[in-house]
Amino acid sequence: MTATAEMRRALELVTRVRGVRGAMLVSGDDGLVVAEHLMEGLKGPAVAALAASLAGRLGRAMEAAGAGPSVFWHLQASDGALLVVPTASGMLVVAVAEADVNVGLVRLELLRAAEALG
Amino acid sequence: MTTRAVEAWTLEPLAAFVKEAGVRLVLLMTSAGQVLAQHGFARAVDVMSAAALGAAIMATTEELARQLGQPPFAAVHHQGERRGIFLASVATGRGPLVALVVYDLDVSSLGLVQLFFEQLAADLAAASPKPSAPGRVLAADFERELRESLNALFGR
Repeated sequence: MTATAEMRRALELVTRVRGVRGAMLVSGDDGLVVAEHLMEGLKGPAVAALAASLAGRLGRAMEAAGAGPSVFWHLQASDGALLVVPTASGMLVVAVAEADVNVGLVRLELLRAAEALG
Repeated sequence: MTTRAVEAWTLEPLAAFVKEAGVRLVLLMTSAGQVLAQHGFARAVDVMSAAALGAAIMATTEELARQLGQPPFAAVHHQGERRGIFLASVATGRGPLVALVVYDLDVSSLGLVQLFFEQLAADLAAASPKPSAPGRVLAADFERELRESLNALFGR
């Protein structure tokens, strides 16, 4: 399987969870979309840029607090949620979900995707 | 650092862009290198050299695109070790303008700059004056206009 196909497959598995509206692989350093599997209407580049910016700041805050590198973060809003898992290579696996999504299941799929994509 | 403009209509869009994208330096200029607004520069000589270099890079890439038989590149990006440079063209009623943006990699990112640059381009297009017939450019006026522009850009 090519690297691109592997990314698509990993993201597809995340989006199979009920309530997930899209998943993206984002470059953590520059906030650009590397691969995406999104429902129509989601602004992928905007979510990617802002999520990467937030991830960078959260990561620094966690390290400053002595908590070590981030493993997973979850932002819950009234109409939706953003869930992110960093990969070992500095990429971010990002899921955009509905507010009532099963967070545990999405987290599991994001961790699997992050492990598969390294 | 303050944002200063020679042409007032550029000020608000540029200040909003700087705030949102968290960038370090911005120059807004014509494709000939005439500066309309700046943020973050402390010395006039830096503004003049950055404007000349930015305009030259845009002219070079436009010619490169022309020779490749394609429309001009939308943007040029260079990523260094600690900073990135983003250079792109904006269509306005005043004519095409060039924005030169410098950002710190630990504060902003290419994705953020691109994201908020789209908004800057839309805001500038909306705020710009309607196109008018270009006046004659006289050599005698050039030095005076340059001095006035630099005074406005550095609040003198």
